[in-house]
Amino acid sequence: MDFATDQSVINKDASQNAASPILEVKHLKKSFGDLHVLKDISLELNAGEVLSIIGPSGSGKSTLLRCLTQLETFEAGEVRVDGKDMVIPGSCNGGNIKYAPAKILREIRLSTGLVFQNFNLFPHLTVLQNLTLAPIRVLGVAREDARETGRRLLKQMGLEGKEKSYPCELSGGQQQRVSIARALALKPKILFFDEPTSALDPELTGEVLKIIKQLAEDRMTMVIVTHEMAFARDVANKVLFMDQGIVVEQGTPEFVFNQSQNKRLSAFLERFSRT
Amino acid sequence: MSELSTLLPILWGGFCTTLAIFALTLLFSIPLGLLVAVLKMSRYRIIRYPVSFYISVMRGTPLLLQIVAIYFGSYYLSEYAGVDFSFDRFPAVIVAFSINYAAYFAEIFRGGIQSIPKGQYEAAYMLGLTRAQTFYRIILPQVVKRVVPASANEVITLVKDTSLAQVIAVTELFALAKKQQAAYASIYPLFVAGVFYYVANLLLSMVFAYVERKLNYYK
Repeated sequence: MDFATDQSVINKDASQNAASPILEVKHLKKSFGDLHVLKDISLELNAGEVLSIIGPSGSGKSTLLRCLTQLETFEAGEVRVDGKDMVIPGSCNGGNIKYAPAKILREIRLSTGLVFQNFNLFPHLTVLQNLTLAPIRVLGVAREDARETGRRLLKQMGLEGKEKSYPCELSGGQQQRVSIARALALKPKILFFDEPTSALDPELTGEVLKIIKQLAEDRMTMVIVTHEMAFARDVANKVLFMDQGIVVEQGTPEFVFNQSQNKRLSAFLERFSRT
Repeated sequence: MSELSTLLPILWGGFCTTLAIFALTLLFSIPLGLLVAVLKMSRYRIIRYPVSFYISVMRGTPLLLQIVAIYFGSYYLSEYAGVDFSFDRFPAVIVAFSINYAAYFAEIFRGGIQSIPKGQYEAAYMLGLTRAQTFYRIILPQVVKRVVPASANEVITLVKDTSLAQVIAVTELFALAKKQQAAYASIYPLFVAGVFYYVANLLLSMVFAYVERKLNYYK
C-alpha cells in the first residue's frame, strides 16, 4: 500500500479558509499527583486539517487526547472546540479551574469523536447496532435513517455484508474500522484517534491507515496520536512532537520530519528509522 | 408400590410449598441483589459501609438462624415496641430467604459489573449515552452473560436450602417426608423426597445450560 501520495495534502492547504480554528488549546496543564504529565500545551487546528501527534511513550500524547475528549480533567488552560469553551474563560487564573456547564460539555463531547487503541466496541451488539445505538438513543434519529447511515458508513469502510456480525467475529483491522464508523455515525466535527493501529498486526495496520487517509481526503478534521511515522507525515497538514509533557516542535510535516534541527526530535526520529 | 401411591400426593403437596419458597425468593432476591451490588459500589462510605455489614452478616451466619430471627425476632420486637405486627410463618421464610440470597447475588453481580472493562464506559461516554443508558444498554447485558454460571450455583443451592423452612414449621417437602418417615418407620420417604430435589435441579441445570448456550452468541 502506498501512502506517499502527497496530492491530498496539497489540495487541503490550497482550499483552507481563514476562519477561526475549530480546535484551540492554550497553556493546558495536567498532572497525576506530583507527576506533571502535560506542562504547557498549546495548539490550533483549522477545519478540514489533520494533526499528527508523535513522541515517545509517556510523553503525554494520549493524556492530551483524553483531556480534549473529556475523559480526563485538566488543571489549567483553555480548550475551545468549534467556538465553544470547555472551561469558563479566565477561570483558571486563581488555580481553580471551572468547567463549562454540563450541557455545553455534552455538546462539545458530541462534536468530538474518539477512536480507541483497543476499539472498545460493544461486544453484545451487532456491527450495525454498534453504529446505530447512539444516533437513535442520543440524537433521536429515526431507526431506519440510522440504519441507512450505518450501512453507508460500513460500505465506506469496506465492510459491506458485516452488518449482522458480532465484533468477536471480525479481525482487529475490521473491528477498528467499525469503531471509526461508530464515531462517524454521530457526525463529529473533530475525530480523535488514540494510537488506532497499535493493537493491530502489521498486515492489518494498512487497511486502517488507508481508511484514515480516505477520511483526510474527504476533509475530515482529525487529530491522530500515532507511532506510524510515515503515516503521520503523509496524512497530516501539521505534526506536533511531544516529549515529557511539552510540545517540543510543531509545524508542517516537511518542517518536522526534514528541516527541524531540534536534538530531541532528531534523536526520536533516528530511533524510529532504525526499527 | 401401593405405599408410593399414597406417599406421592403427600410429598407433592410439600413440593409445591418448596417451589413457592423457591420462586418467591428468586423473584425478590435477584432485583434486591442488583440494588445491593450497586449500593456496595457507591462512592459514599455512608452507603457502602452499612451495605458491607449487611452482606457480611447474611453470609456469616446460618440461614437457619436468620429464619428464626426474622420469625421470632419480629414477634418480640413488635411486642417490645407495642405494635401489633408479626410475620406469619410463610412470609417470614420468604423474607429471610430473600435477604439472605440477595447478599450472595449482590456479590456475584458486583463481580460481574466490575469485570466489565473501563473502555466500555468510556466508549459509551464519548457517544453521549447517559449513565442510565450506559448501565442498562451496555453494562447490564454483558453482566448477565458473565454471572449466569455463578448464579446457577446459587439457584441450585436454593432448591435444597428450602428444606430449612421446617425450622419454623413450614411444611415443605422435607418436613413432610420426615413425618412420613415416622409413620412408615422407614427412611424410604426421605429417599423419595431426595428424588424430587434431584429432578428439580436436573431440570434447572438443563435450563441454565440452555441459557448459557443462548448467551454464547458473542465472546
